[in-house]
Amino acid sequence: MEMCGGGPFWNGLHRLMLAVLTVLIVLPPLAQADLLARVHFLIPAGPGGGWDGTARGTGEALLKSGLVADVSFENLSGGGGGRAIAKLIETADRQPFTLMISSTPMVVRSLQGIFPQSFRDLEPIASVIADYGCFAVRSDSDIRDFSDVVERIRENPRSVKVAGGSVKGSTDHFVFAKAVAHANINPRRTVYVAYDGGGKAMAGLLTGETQLLSTGLSEAIDMARQGEIRIIAITASERLQDAPELPTLTEQGFPVEFANWRGFFAAPGLSPDRYRDMRDTLRDVVSTEAFEKVRVRNQWTRLYHEGPEFTAFLVEQERDIGKLMRDLGFLR
Amino acid sequence: MIEGLLIGLNTVLVPENLLLVLSGCAIGTLIGMLPGLGPISAIALMIPVTYGFDPASGMILLAGVYYGAIFGGSTSSILINAPGVAGTVATAFDGYPLARSGFAGKALAIAAYSSFVGGTLAALFLVLSAPWLSDIALGFQSADYFLLMLLGLTLVSAFASRGEYLKALVMTCLGLMLATVGTDLTAGVQRFTFGRSDLIDGISFLVLAMGTFALSEAIMMALPGKNADMFDLQSRLRTTNMAVSRCEAAELAPVVGRSSVLGFLIGTLPGAGATIASFLAYGAERRLAPSSHHNTASSESDLVNKPFGEGNIRGLAAPESANNAACTGSFVPLLTLGIPGSGTTAVLLGALIAYGIQPGPRLFIDEPEVFWAVIVSMYVGNVFLLVLNLPLIPWIARLLTIPRNYLVPIIVFFSTMGVYLVSFNTFDIQLMVIIACIAVFLRKLNFPMAPLLLGFILGGMLEDNLRRAMTLSDGSWSFLWDRPLTMSLTVITVAVLTSPLMRLLWQRIRT
Repeated sequence: MEMCGGGPFWNGLHRLMLAVLTVLIVLPPLAQADLLARVHFLIPAGPGGGWDGTARGTGEALLKSGLVADVSFENLSGGGGGRAIAKLIETADRQPFTLMISSTPMVVRSLQGIFPQSFRDLEPIASVIADYGCFAVRSDSDIRDFSDVVERIRENPRSVKVAGGSVKGSTDHFVFAKAVAHANINPRRTVYVAYDGGGKAMAGLLTGETQLLSTGLSEAIDMARQGEIRIIAITASERLQDAPELPTLTEQGFPVEFANWRGFFAAPGLSPDRYRDMRDTLRDVVSTEAFEKVRVRNQWTRLYHEGPEFTAFLVEQERDIGKLMRDLGFLR
Repeated sequence: MIEGLLIGLNTVLVPENLLLVLSGCAIGTLIGMLPGLGPISAIALMIPVTYGFDPASGMILLAGVYYGAIFGGSTSSILINAPGVAGTVATAFDGYPLARSGFAGKALAIAAYSSFVGGTLAALFLVLSAPWLSDIALGFQSADYFLLMLLGLTLVSAFASRGEYLKALVMTCLGLMLATVGTDLTAGVQRFTFGRSDLIDGISFLVLAMGTFALSEAIMMALPGKNADMFDLQSRLRTTNMAVSRCEAAELAPVVGRSSVLGFLIGTLPGAGATIASFLAYGAERRLAPSSHHNTASSESDLVNKPFGEGNIRGLAAPESANNAACTGSFVPLLTLGIPGSGTTAVLLGALIAYGIQPGPRLFIDEPEVFWAVIVSMYVGNVFLLVLNLPLIPWIARLLTIPRNYLVPIIVFFSTMGVYLVSFNTFDIQLMVIIACIAVFLRKLNFPMAPLLLGFILGGMLEDNLRRAMTLSDGSWSFLWDRPLTMSLTVITVAVLTSPLMRLLWQRIRT
C-alpha cells in the first residue's frame, strides 16, 4: 500500500534504500552533504487531519521546489501521537531521514501524562507554521470585543457560554481560560462547551446555543470573511500581515499570546552533521515559492523557529500551559 | 436555477471531466471495498492527486471517489459481513443474510439501485432546497441531537429476532458501555483505559465492527456445525443472478422513496449523518412492514416478506438509499454554511479550501461554476457508478462461490488488513481478535450483534449531546421541553417507546 507509505513493507524497503544510499553517499565524496538526500515524514495520526496536511504540504513543497527528490510518508496513529514518538525513539538508529510532525497538543498530552515522553526525548529541528487562536461571535451578536465578554462574565458567568472544538483542558479551552484569567476571573467559573471537532463547534455558535467560539484562526477566518461570524480577537502578538483587520487580544488590554505551532522532530542521538542537514532542508523549504503556495492555500501563519530557539520556545510553552492547567485543576 | 444547472452540465459534460468521474468511481469502489478504508481515507488519499486540476475538475473526481467508496463499502458489508464504515452497518443486517442464502447478485443489485435512487433524489432535493434547508439545520441544538440519538436507540427492538428483547437490550447496554472507553469529551477524563495509551481515543468503531461481524463470522464458518456446505450447484447459479422481479421492484419503490427523504433530511443536520440516517430508515421500515410474522415464508419469490434480519430486501434497500441520500444531504451544510457535518465532508472542505474556495453562503454567488459542478457531478457520479458496477456485480458476487476453506482466510485477511491499514497499530488487531472470540461465544448463545454496534455508535454521541445540553441548560432537565422542536422530538421518542405497550393495551381492551 504505497499510498499510505507505511507498514512492514516499508521497513524492508527502507533498509534496502538506506543501504543503497549509504553506498552512494559514502563512495563518491564529491556530493556536498548540504540537504537531506531524502525525507521520510512520520505522521502520528491518520490521513486527513492537520498533522497529515502539514507534513504532506511540506513534502509537496520539497518535491516541487526540487530541494529533495525522494519524499515518503508514514501514518502511525495511536495513543494521541505517543505511539509514533515511541517508535521514533525505539528505532532511532534506523531513522536517519525521518522527520516527525507534531504540534502544541504534544506539549499538552505530555503534561497530562498521556504518553511518558516529551519533546526533550526527541531532537527538535524547527517549527514551520502556526495557527493562532481566535475568539468569534455570531455576526448579529452585540458582543463587540473581549472586554464585553469579560464584563458579561463578571456579571453572570453563565451568560457567555464558550464553544470549542476539542475536549476540556485542550487548546481551545485553555486559550480562553488564559484570556479570562488575565481579567482576574477564575476560569473555573466560566462555562466551556466541548464539541467533537471545530466544524461542530462552529455549528454550535451559529445555532445560538453558545455565545462565543474559541477556535483556530484558520478554521474561522473564511467564515468571518463571508460575514457569518465576527472575530473579536486573535492571540497573535501583533496584527497579522495576511489579515490586518483582526484585532489582537494584546491591543485590547489582555496581553495573551498563544501560537499553536506545527514543527518537525527527528529521532534522538542525531549527529551534528545530520542535524545541520535537516535544519537546512527545513530552513530552505519554508522560503520556497512552493511552500508559500501551500501555506497561503491552507491559511497557515509563518512561524519559523529552529534548533535551540525552537527548544526554548517549547520550554516556555510547556511552563505556560503547565501553570494554567494546574490553575484549572487539570493537573495536580 | 435552470441556468445554474446548465453551467454545471457544461462544466461536467466534457470528455476529460467525464473520464475523471469514471476513474474516480472505479478507484473509490476499489478502495471502499477494503474494510476500513471508507470514503474519508479514499478522498484524503486522492486529494494530492487533484492539486494539479482546476477546482471543478478536482471536485468532480472527488465526488466520483466519494460515491464509489460508499458503494464499495456496501459490497464488503453484503458479501463478507464486514461493514468497514459505520454508514454501511445497517446494510449488513439484511444484505449479508440475503447473500448467504444465495442471493448475492440480487442483493448487490438492489444495493446499487437503491443507492442510485437515493443519491439521485437527494441531489434533486439539494438543488431545490439547499438554501432554506440550511436554516433548518441550524435549528438543531445539542438537546435535539440527543433526542435524535435516543430515537435511534429505541430501534433496538427492531433488531431483536425471535422475540429475544432482553438479549437485544443486554447487547445494547454492552455497546453503550464500550462507547465510554477513552477520553471523555466534556471533562477530558480518561475512562476505562487501564493506563494503556492505545485506549485513550477509545475503541475504534472499525475494530469492534470487524471483530463482531467479519472475524467472528469467519470463525463461525470455520467451526464444525450447522453450515455443512454453503452452496450447492443450484445456489451457485443463483448467486450471480441479479434480476429483480417487477413485483419486488414495486414493493421496494415506496421503501426507497421514504428512506431517501428521511436520509436526506437527517444528512443535512451537521451533527447526525449517514449512520443515524441508515439506522433510522431501517427501523422505520421494520415498523412499517405489514406483518413481520411470516416466518413460514421462505420461497424464493417471497424475499419481501421474510422477517427483517433474515434477508428481507426492504431491510437492505432502506439503509442503502438512506445512506446515500444522507451523504448527499451532508453537502447542504458544507456548501451553504461551510460547516462540515461528517468526517468525509470535513476532508472535502479541506480540499475546497486548498483549491482556494471557501464554501459558505457566498459560494453560490462567487463561484457558481464550482457550486453547480459539484451538484451535477454528484448526479453524474451516481449514474456512472450504476453503469460501471452493474456489469461487474456477477463477478463480484462470485466471491461467495469460493469454497469455505478459501473464503474464511480471505475474510480474515481483509478484516485484519483493514484494521491495520487505518491505524498501523498492532494493538488494534489484538483487540479485534479478543472481541471476535467473545462475539463467537455470545453468538453461539443467540445474542444478536447488531444492537451492540447500535449502542456503541450512538452511545458516544448520545452522551456528548446530553452532557452538552445539560451544561447549556445549567444542569436542568428543562431542555427536554423548552423549545418546540425539542418538545416534539421528546413526544415522538416517548410515543415510539410506549407504542408496543399501547398496542398491547388496545388489544386487551378489544378482546
